[in-house]
Amino acid sequence: MSTLSTPRQQRFSWSARQGSPGAAARPRGAWARRGPLLPALIFMIVVTQLPFVGTLVISFMRWNALDPGDRGFGGLSNYRNAFSDPTLRSAIVTTVVLTATVVLVSLVLGLGLALLLDRRFRGRGIVRTMLITPFLVVPVASALLWKHAIYNASYGLLDGVLTWVWSLFGSGHAPQPDWLSVVPLISVEASLVWQWTPFMMLILLAGLQSRALDVVEAARVDGASSWQVFRYLTFPHLRRYLELAALLGSVYVVQNFDAVFTLTSGGLGTANLPYKVYETFYQGHDYGEASADGVIVVACSLLIATFALRTVSSLFREETL
Amino acid sequence: MTATAAVGRPAAVRPAKARRNRENRNRSLLGLLAWLCGLVFFLPFAWMVLTSLHSESSAATNPPSLGASLTLQGYREFFGATTGVSPWPPLINSLTASIGSTVLVLLLAIPAAYALSIKPVRKWTDVMFFFLSTKMLPVVAGLLPLYLIAKYAGMLDDIWLLVILYTSMNLPIAVWMMRSFLAEVPKEIMEAAAIDGAGLLVTLRRIVAPVAAPGIAATALIAFIFSWNELLYAEVLTGVVAGTAPVFLTSFVTSQGLFLAKVCAAAVCISLPVLIAGFAAQDKLVQGLSLGAVK
Repeated sequence: MSTLSTPRQQRFSWSARQGSPGAAARPRGAWARRGPLLPALIFMIVVTQLPFVGTLVISFMRWNALDPGDRGFGGLSNYRNAFSDPTLRSAIVTTVVLTATVVLVSLVLGLGLALLLDRRFRGRGIVRTMLITPFLVVPVASALLWKHAIYNASYGLLDGVLTWVWSLFGSGHAPQPDWLSVVPLISVEASLVWQWTPFMMLILLAGLQSRALDVVEAARVDGASSWQVFRYLTFPHLRRYLELAALLGSVYVVQNFDAVFTLTSGGLGTANLPYKVYETFYQGHDYGEASADGVIVVACSLLIATFALRTVSSLFREETL
Repeated sequence: MTATAAVGRPAAVRPAKARRNRENRNRSLLGLLAWLCGLVFFLPFAWMVLTSLHSESSAATNPPSLGASLTLQGYREFFGATTGVSPWPPLINSLTASIGSTVLVLLLAIPAAYALSIKPVRKWTDVMFFFLSTKMLPVVAGLLPLYLIAKYAGMLDDIWLLVILYTSMNLPIAVWMMRSFLAEVPKEIMEAAAIDGAGLLVTLRRIVAPVAAPGIAATALIAFIFSWNELLYAEVLTGVVAGTAPVFLTSFVTSQGLFLAKVCAAAVCISLPVLIAGFAAQDKLVQGLSLGAVK
């Protein structure tokens, strides 16, 4: 990363050079520069921004697919319905709790694993490969695996192990909880933590491996303990990577649909915002209210996105500008 | 106090050796811990593979039957041995959507990244953040209009609709990654080549391509994995014709009868392309996941 050149300097030298040929040559040069960018930019605006404008418009309309005759301007009624809808409020709370828990737990586990993997030991490559496996299982497949092969109350692995352990002590009455109905949200969170810990670990490991080893070596020679090295050298260096991992993780986890859809179908208080919008739109056929929900989801994500963009932007400045 | 001093003395005589011993022991303990953690995280996957190789009746036992005889019946079921439903159409749909969108992503992202790094346009950072901000916009926010547009344009249940949507999903990541790679192209050499009279094509092929090639590989890998895994768009916008492998997988669970081995076999088969690609390119994975910020 230190080999990156400095685009700001280039930009200045470029504008200095660009200034000389005179005003007439500038527009053509500018378009030649912009040309390669335009297809991607236009594509993104058309495919991502226009639909959102559509959502915004529909959110102010009375529009239920089951009642096509009654379509028209509805003012704020969809928003009023959305906010007075207790399921939306609980979906917001669920989304916040789910995202915060999954990101924090997997970040802490990921940090621990990255620190373990940062040292040399026999079979490090194999352990690393085993650790990233959960991230490479297709999310729906992993949700199905947790639901049927692990959490199932009659033949899941967890209850199976309980039976086995109890039978070791000669008891035939092992507790057999139905995990998905006893602790639904924790079950969803556990499967997501399993899936996202490798992501955090990979980014943090890359951060650990990019720190200057001579400084650590010098600190050790000066008698710094492992904890001091971690607290005063490693951790400050890792801070930006922790932020990056947490924010990218939040962006993905806040949008999670697969796990909620597969594990609990949004039941028992596990419906998060994406699932709630899907349900309103797909099962309720109320297009107006689904759109209002969608706009609320965007408003909530903007909150995270603002922090995320600020962090990435500071990272970006330090690294490349 | 005196006792500890007495015990401590031999160590103090040869402090270096004692310290080395302790460090060695610590190191092997931590290595052991790392192995343990690796195994814990690997266990659910291993269990999935093992269950997929059991017969339905020995897959659904309590306590689990570890030593049951292995069979490929689950995999035969996945390929439609009894139901006659072939998994190939959804697998081919997934391949079309993933490869198609990956190619489109590269075609759009590489020129854009060129315009953002090698000969940057004015306010190129703003453009970069525009791309990134679209990634923060939740997929569900635009789902309904997309559904309605697709419905009126006759593109519902059409795999090319997914190709377009997956492209928009991965393009911001790809632009960010490719820019960070192209920013490493040595400017001095490009200027020298220009002075020597090298044309654009020669410059691209001889100077830009060698630096950009690993970046293109990393970008393609990430775009492929995310497209292959996607469920929400596919679930809402496709049906029987264009359904992708993840959608097919959700339909595999039935309310009656035993299906555990079959589902596990299907899950293994559908995860296989991503597992192979991911294992083969572990270092690329890190670059991609961090948008090229980490190399």
